[in-house]
Amino acid sequence: MTTNDRPVTGPIAHILSLAFDKNDVGGRRFLLILAVVTVAVPLLNMLPETSPFYVSTYTLTLMGKYLCYAILALSVDLIWGYCGIMSLGHGAFFTLGGYAMGMYLMRQIGERGVYGDPILPDFMVFLDWSELPWYWLGFDSFSFAMLMVLVVPGLLAFIFGWLAFRSRVTGVYLSIITQAMTYALMLAFFRNDMGFGGNNGLTDFKDILGFSLQADSTRAILFVITALALALAYLLSRFIVNSKLGRVIVSVRDAESRTRFIGYKVEHYKLFVFVLSAVIAGIAGALYVPQVGIINPGEFSPINSIEIIIWVAIGGRGTLYGAILGAILVNYAKTYFTGALPEVWLFMLGGLFVVTTLYLPKGVIGIANQVKDRYREQASKKQDQQMDSIKTENADTLSVEDPN
Amino acid sequence: MHTPNRQDTILYLNGVSVSFDGFKALNNLSLYIEPGELRAIIGPNGAGKSTMMDVITGKTRPDEGEVFFADHTDLTKYDEAEIANLGIGRKFQKPSCIESLTVYENLELSLSGTRTVFHALLHRLSPKQQERIDELLEIIGLTIERQTTAGLLSHGQKQWLEIGMLLAQDPQVLLIDEPVAGMTPQEVERTSTLLTSLAGKHSVIVVEHDMAFVRSIAQSKVTVLHQGSVLAEGSMDKIQSDPKVIEVYLGE
Amino acid sequence: MTIIQKQSTQRPSLPHPIKTIKLTFLLGIYGFLLAISTFAFAVPESTEPPPSLTNDSIFETALNKLNQKNFAQKNQAITEFSNLKDNRVLNTLIALKEGELFYVKKTKQIGFSEKKEALYVLTDPVTSKIIGEFKKRKIKKISLNNSLRTLIRQTIAGLQLSSQDKQTRLDAATSIIKKPSKDLLPTLEKAIALETDETVLLRLTKARAVINISDPSADVRLASVHRLEGSLLPEIRSLLNAMLIVEDDGSFREPSEEVRAAATIALESINDQVQVYKFAENLFFGISLGSVLLLSAVGLAITFGVMGVINMAHGEMMMIGAYTTYVIQLLMPNHIEYSLMVAIPAAFLVAGLMGIIIERGIIRHLYGRPLETLLATFGLSLVLQQLVRSIFSPLNRSVYTPDWMSGSWEINGALSLTYNRLYIIFFALAVLIALILLLKKSRFGLQMRAVTQNRSMARAIGIRTSWVDAMTFGLGSGIAGIAGVALSQLTNVGPNLGQAYIIDSFMVVVFGGVGNLFGTFFAAMSLGIANKFIEPYAGAVLAKILILVFIIIFIQRRPRGLFALKGRAAED
Repeated sequence: MTTNDRPVTGPIAHILSLAFDKNDVGGRRFLLILAVVTVAVPLLNMLPETSPFYVSTYTLTLMGKYLCYAILALSVDLIWGYCGIMSLGHGAFFTLGGYAMGMYLMRQIGERGVYGDPILPDFMVFLDWSELPWYWLGFDSFSFAMLMVLVVPGLLAFIFGWLAFRSRVTGVYLSIITQAMTYALMLAFFRNDMGFGGNNGLTDFKDILGFSLQADSTRAILFVITALALALAYLLSRFIVNSKLGRVIVSVRDAESRTRFIGYKVEHYKLFVFVLSAVIAGIAGALYVPQVGIINPGEFSPINSIEIIIWVAIGGRGTLYGAILGAILVNYAKTYFTGALPEVWLFMLGGLFVVTTLYLPKGVIGIANQVKDRYREQASKKQDQQMDSIKTENADTLSVEDPN
Repeated sequence: MHTPNRQDTILYLNGVSVSFDGFKALNNLSLYIEPGELRAIIGPNGAGKSTMMDVITGKTRPDEGEVFFADHTDLTKYDEAEIANLGIGRKFQKPSCIESLTVYENLELSLSGTRTVFHALLHRLSPKQQERIDELLEIIGLTIERQTTAGLLSHGQKQWLEIGMLLAQDPQVLLIDEPVAGMTPQEVERTSTLLTSLAGKHSVIVVEHDMAFVRSIAQSKVTVLHQGSVLAEGSMDKIQSDPKVIEVYLGE
Repeated sequence: MTIIQKQSTQRPSLPHPIKTIKLTFLLGIYGFLLAISTFAFAVPESTEPPPSLTNDSIFETALNKLNQKNFAQKNQAITEFSNLKDNRVLNTLIALKEGELFYVKKTKQIGFSEKKEALYVLTDPVTSKIIGEFKKRKIKKISLNNSLRTLIRQTIAGLQLSSQDKQTRLDAATSIIKKPSKDLLPTLEKAIALETDETVLLRLTKARAVINISDPSADVRLASVHRLEGSLLPEIRSLLNAMLIVEDDGSFREPSEEVRAAATIALESINDQVQVYKFAENLFFGISLGSVLLLSAVGLAITFGVMGVINMAHGEMMMIGAYTTYVIQLLMPNHIEYSLMVAIPAAFLVAGLMGIIIERGIIRHLYGRPLETLLATFGLSLVLQQLVRSIFSPLNRSVYTPDWMSGSWEINGALSLTYNRLYIIFFALAVLIALILLLKKSRFGLQMRAVTQNRSMARAIGIRTSWVDAMTFGLGSGIAGIAGVALSQLTNVGPNLGQAYIIDSFMVVVFGGVGNLFGTFFAAMSLGIANKFIEPYAGAVLAKILILVFIIIFIQRRPRGLFALKGRAAED
């Protein structure tokens, strides 16, 4: 990871060398698999339905949804796994991003709504509103809406984080107030007079940039864009954790007060990562909405945010690709079990929380590494025995757990 | 004990008091450190040594009193990070390096320089900085362990790493809390040599229990703290014969 | 430190420290439950005066005369009947007025009728015995005309107003105020002339004023308006308001300007008072909400505040308490009035035991890792919710509210307090006080504080710290269970009951300052009251959001809460 003997080159090359880290084996595998999936799934979707290799649009959209969750998990791993801030409010940033996209899609409906009002969305007509509230203005423009996808979660994270980190709210206190934040937002968005569709949220979308959301091709393109966004988010996160900033936030996680005494403004670093992470979560939400076709206040529910944490924990926090793996594994299990054995799912999810925290502090990736280390250890032992060597200590040091 | 001119001091604590829930941790404490001075501070448990360090480094705000750095900088107006960047380094009693980073990375983070977020994002070590880290590794004797995770170091090595981190910051004032706790006699000797060599260029304040060590480093002044204020100040010999000090240390 | 020193000096004198610990703990719990139960047993009892009997045959003869064809004769009969000095007369007349007095067609026997499914049960007014069950066509109502009705009303009022019982006279006056009628004026005047009791007299003159407010003479009306100043009854307020109404033709309903001015002044002073009582009512609602918050947070104040354990399944402990109430009621359908007294200790034990199991099974492995504890207990809360869904169905269960907890205490026309809220306020306070006593006075409380302040020292002097941990957690959970019993009387009992309260509870504990029961009390009350005072302006949901936002901002200002522990111990 470090780097004292890296040749001096231009800044772009430096950034790229950190993003495409040559030691990041797991990341390379993940990017490779992602690339294959990104190309293969839309192609298989184009096959005739009778083909044994045909991937239905439903499956494609489902996978797109998982990839959105993976981006979300990545953002949580960045803030929790590396900076040690367990945000129980990341669902809020995701949902706000989703609402920004939803508002654009709502405006695109135009006269095709049930009430046929060219400007007002159906729910506003239903509530007898005569004009569009000011905060809906501009959302008919795609670029403005996309800007809001970044700005709204980012701004909320900035204000919230600025207040919280400056006054040094940490640990469980921070977790609890982030939870209160998303809870307050949920209550607010449930209100009809907030102007976001109340209970029902935003739905019945027709098209995006003129492409019908029902069309297979649009779905496939959205899938590809989501996959690309995931890859970019991964590379950006990898660059960040490999940069000096990444080492500073790890110091903040492990020894906050020490980091201060070295001279780092801890709150600035936390704020940077928190805002960045919120923006990534917002992007995930914005990609999620056109694929699932609805966004409602239920997404703000505190349980959603805490579930993201468990994806990351199960995958293995502080590894980035672990978070992605966790998000996909848990959500696949959720899809499967809520369909096949709905009563069992909550038992399983609850059980996962307990088992992971008690027995799998490093998640699935941690187990994989342990197995690998043990294998290596045994292999080297064998070698040592063959060579009649006395030095087995080396192998032991390999398996020494990181203290965190 | 006279009050010197503020211009002549690098650290100027005047009438500082701090209390926690009625307990006076510091009680009208005054302490003046000259540039380049090596000062040893001793005192029994609860004398206020740690609180004094906390006040200087911005962790604790004094209830009353003045704390000035280099004559004109009012330290009570700055937070820990800002004070560290002004040039006051602190080494804790309990070794507190960043355990999940390597020795090299610990030093890299501590190197003096810009500490802003965006600088850190795009930062790369210059050859000069790399040389400096190598030099520091040499000084603290951890060249071989440069890529070892700090958490895996022995207690003594961690102490050294922390001293290295302190040096990397290149501070004007070094506050060092019990540097030799848990060190072997040879290490103690090396530490004492190092600290003595630092004085002159830097101001060094050492808080220590080990009287032999204090004697070995304190060429000039020793300050004895007791119940949050200065009990005695002067050369080691003078201190050791002071009846008040003897009572505090040996009495009861 | 001093606590621990005290412990260590006491220790040698105890032969079996552990047994003593257990005993004192159990005693403490017992006392705790006793305190709560005795409080809960304080049920008000109602007493009825025994009916005094005069000559049955005279009464019966007079009664039978009521059923005459001719209304003039009936009039005569009613007057005669009402002149009997007999307690049974009043009830009979009321029944007659309400159309509940029937006679059997065949036997002409008169009785109170009560409809029971398709049949009518007739009760003898003389003996209060049941005459029999009849079909509709076998019986007939004793008919009345308007003038008879007036006569009966006057007679009833007269009888009530001349009753020996003060309360009856007061009630009669109140009923006249609520339903004024000119016909009653003579009766009322007579009663006023005879009345000696100050309170009753005031009420009677007020009743007269209510009737006289529509008197043709402006002077009488003016006097009446003056008399009604300061009265809080909504009926009187609407009477006064009516005087100021402008009719369609532009004239005022009350012709006299002087009277109108007086009415305006009277209304203003009434409105001022109503404002005061509205405030008091809001305060009451706020305190009652605060008590609910206190109940749900106080257990958390133990587990989070004292032990530092984040128990996200705390809400589910409340849910378990509520379901325990439900099950207890299923088990004792015949004594359902007293089910709550059984449910309180039962819920404490069930939730407490659950808490001990959770502590031993999960939490003890995670001490020092609060974020992991948060996750694990959250997982647990999901499991418990699903468990309840599987056992009891996902639908809400209905829990019976005992009679003594329903209804309300009407203080005056503008202020009435519902009993269930009132009881919950007292209950919450009782729980808090019992808990404080347990912590401050019992040996277990002493050990608990010792363990939280200095674990290794406590262990060194022979306290079984892990046992204390388990019991402390059990205590916190048990109290959550008790809170669940209380909540079962206020909200629906369903699998999501706990979730609704968990965030609020954390807010209360964090706002009040961790590790401080007084802080928890203060926080619960102030948040409850603030919420209820914002509600009229902003609505319930917005009030809640505002409170949440306030706390979020407050935590930024004072990360350790209102009553934070200061000093070095609190720093890390």
